[in-house]
Amino acid sequence: MGWNRKVLRVDLTAGTCKAEPLNMEWADEYLGSRGLATKYLVSEIDPKVDPLSPDNKMIMSTGPLTGTMASTGGRYTVVTKGPLTGAVACSNSGGFFGAEMKFAGWDMIIFEGRSPTPVYLYVENDKAELVDAADLWGKSCWETEEAIKHHHQDPLIRVSSIGLAGENQVLFACIVNDLHRAAGRSGVGAVMGSKNLKAVALRGTKGVSGIKDMKAFMKITNEKKKILADNAVTGQGLPKYGTQVLMNVINEIGALPTRNHKDVQFEDAGKISAEAMHEVRPTDGKPQLVTNAACFGCTIACGRIAEIDKGHFTVVNNPKYWGASGGLEYEAAWALGAANGVGDLEALQYANLLCNEQGMDPISFGATIGAVMELYEMGVLTKEQLGTEAPFGSAAALVRLAEMTARGEGFGKEIGQGSRRLCAKYGHPELSMTVKGQEFPAYDARGIQGMGLAYATSNRGACHLRGYTVASEVLGIPVKTDPLTTEGKPELVKAFQDATAVFDAAGICVFTSFAWTVADVQPQIEAACEGDWSMEKLNAMGERIWNMERLFNNAAGLTSKDDNLPPRLTTEPAKTGPAKGLVNGLATMLPEYYKLRGWTPDGVPTAETLERLGL
Amino acid sequence: MWKSLHIDPKKCTGCLQCEMACSVEHTGVINPSKSRIKVFSFETEGRKVPYTCTQCTEAWCMNACPVDAIRLDAATGAKQVFDDVCVGCKVCTIACPFGTVNYNQDTGKVQKCDLCGGDPACAAACPTAAITYVDADWTGLDRMRAWAAKANTAVTE
Repeated sequence: MGWNRKVLRVDLTAGTCKAEPLNMEWADEYLGSRGLATKYLVSEIDPKVDPLSPDNKMIMSTGPLTGTMASTGGRYTVVTKGPLTGAVACSNSGGFFGAEMKFAGWDMIIFEGRSPTPVYLYVENDKAELVDAADLWGKSCWETEEAIKHHHQDPLIRVSSIGLAGENQVLFACIVNDLHRAAGRSGVGAVMGSKNLKAVALRGTKGVSGIKDMKAFMKITNEKKKILADNAVTGQGLPKYGTQVLMNVINEIGALPTRNHKDVQFEDAGKISAEAMHEVRPTDGKPQLVTNAACFGCTIACGRIAEIDKGHFTVVNNPKYWGASGGLEYEAAWALGAANGVGDLEALQYANLLCNEQGMDPISFGATIGAVMELYEMGVLTKEQLGTEAPFGSAAALVRLAEMTARGEGFGKEIGQGSRRLCAKYGHPELSMTVKGQEFPAYDARGIQGMGLAYATSNRGACHLRGYTVASEVLGIPVKTDPLTTEGKPELVKAFQDATAVFDAAGICVFTSFAWTVADVQPQIEAACEGDWSMEKLNAMGERIWNMERLFNNAAGLTSKDDNLPPRLTTEPAKTGPAKGLVNGLATMLPEYYKLRGWTPDGVPTAETLERLGL
Repeated sequence: MWKSLHIDPKKCTGCLQCEMACSVEHTGVINPSKSRIKVFSFETEGRKVPYTCTQCTEAWCMNACPVDAIRLDAATGAKQVFDDVCVGCKVCTIACPFGTVNYNQDTGKVQKCDLCGGDPACAAACPTAAITYVDADWTGLDRMRAWAAKANTAVTE
C-alpha cells in the first residue's frame, strides 16, 4: 500500500488533534490527494457553507505516490470550498512538504472550525499539537518558516504557511511551502487565514514503508523516469527553460492574452521570455536565471531559481530581495507582464518575489491588475483612488499595487477581492477576465479554442491545470489538433480533464503528462498500492472525480450559466496573429461536451451517469 | 581497482532521489531521514550540494572506534560499520571532521556510507549525473578535461 492509512483531524475551535484511520473504501475509489480529499470534503461539509466561515473545512492531502521514488512524487493538495469562486477549490503544490507528511506517518490532515487565536500545527511523527502563533501573525511566509525552524531548533522541518495576504483574506491568497512553492489558486490561503491557522510545520522520520512490491516499484519507476529523460519537453525544454519556454511559442500562435485580453500578442513577449532570463544583463553582467531546481523526487526539474538585478528601482534600497530565490514561471511572467502590458523582466521578478513572500497567487493578482489598468485608462478608476497612475505597461504601478495588495493597504484591499468583484463594483462586470470568479491563466481562448471549453467547464474556475489541451493543440501531445477549430475539442477536453484527475490523485505532477499517459502511471500505482488498479478502473476514477466535483458545485448553487466566458472572448475577434478574426466558439462546444459527459443540457449529471460512475 | 563517489554540485537539482535510494538500499524503506548522503540547499545562492563520506584513507572514525566496529572493505575501499560490533558510543561521530558518520536512533548504531558494496544506489538514482562512481585515481578527470578543452581553444585562437 502506498498509503499510511492514517488521517490527522485538527479541530481548531476545540484545539484538539486526533488520529483516525483512513477510509480505505474511499481510497479504493478515489486513490488519494485531489480525489480522496475531495471525497472527504464533499462528505463532510454543506456545499452552501460560507467559505470563510468556521463551518468550511480545509484538507491537506498526499497521494499514494507522494514521498516515493516515482518521479515528481512530492505533490500535496489543498482542498476546501473556495472563497474566490464559491466552488470546490483544489490547489496542489510541489516542494518538500507533501513528502514530509508521508514520512511523518500521515496521509491527510483535516482542519475544521476556527481557532480563537492564531496558531500553527506542529507535527513530529505521531505527535501533533497546536502551538501559539501570536508572534508569527503579521510575518511573511519566509519569516514564518525561519521562525518556526528556529523555535524548534530543527532546520529539517518543512513548513507551509500563509503570509499577509492569507491573514488579510485576500481572495486569491495562497499557501506557500518551502519558500517558493505554492498551493496557488482559488484562495486556499484565505481559508487558512479565516481559521487563524498561520502555518503547518512537519517533521517525519518514519519514511514510506508500505510499498506493495518494492522491487517491482523500483524497476517500473526507473523505466518511467527514463521516458521523462528521453522526452524533448520533460528531458530538455523544461529543465533548461522552465515553463517559460512557452512565452514566445504562445505569442507566435496569437494566444498570449495581452492588456486584459484586449490583444492576443504582446510586442514585448521576447523581453519577458525564458530566453530573456538566460541573457546576460548589461547592468551587472549576470543573467536573471541562476539555475533550475527540482521539487521532491522530480527528475524533470523545471523550477526556476533567479536573482534580481540589485540595481533595479524595485529593490535598489532593499537588500532582502537580492539573494537567489524562486524565479518566474510562465504563468506568473504572463500574468504580471503581458496581461498588463509590462515588459520589464526585473519588475516582474520583484512582483513575483512579493507574491511568494506574502502568499499571493500571481496569476489572479496579475490578471486583476489587468482589469484595474483598463478601468484606469477608461477613466473609471483614478490616480487618487489607486494612489498611483496605472496605465497599461507601467512597471511602477504593477509593483506599487502588488505591495499594497499583499499588505492590504488602500486600494490594495479592493484588488484583493479579485477582478470579478472589483469590475462589478465599478460598473463593468464584462471586463473581468474570469470564469466562476477565477482569473484566466496564460492562454487566449480565441487562439486555442479547446482552452475556452476547458476554462468554462473547469470545476475550480478558469484554470490551465484541469484540462491542458494546449498540449495537443499547440505542442502535439499526444496528437496534434488544430487550435483554431472547435471540432473534436469537447472529446479532447473531457479526455484531458479525466486523465489529469488521475495524475492529481496519485500525488505526482501533471507536467509528467507531457511524456506519460495514464498507462505510464498505472503500473506505478499498481506496484505501490494494494488492490486492483487496472486502466479501466483508473479511467473511471478520473471521470468519477470530475463528476463528484461537479455535483458539489451544482449543490453549492452553480449552474450551466457559470460555464461561460467573458463576452470579450466570444464577441471581440482576435486582432492579430493566426487567430485574427476569430472569437471562441464556446456555444458550439458546450452542448456537445455536456452530452459526452452524460449530463443534461443544463449541465447536471444524469441518473444513469451517476450510477455508471458509482456516485 | 577502487572507485570513488564523485560529486558535482553544479549538476544537482535537489530532487533527493539519492537520499531515497540510499535509505531503500540500507533499510528497505523510502526514508530520507535515514539516508547516509544528504543534499544541502543554500537558498539565497541557489546552490544544492550533495554530501557524504569520502572514505578517508586514515579514517578518523575508524581510528577512534574503541571496539573496532569500523573496518576497511578491501574490495571497495569503503570504511564499513559492522552493526553487530558497534556499541553506539558515537565517538566516531565526534572524530569525523566532516560529520558524515551519524547515529541512528532506530538501530542504536552509527551509520555511514559503505558504497553499497561497490554499486552505490545514490549514483544509480541521480538523474543528472551530479553523483557518479568513478575510478578512485581519476576523480579529477572531468575537471581536467574541461580545463584541457579551454587550453586547446586558447592555442587555436
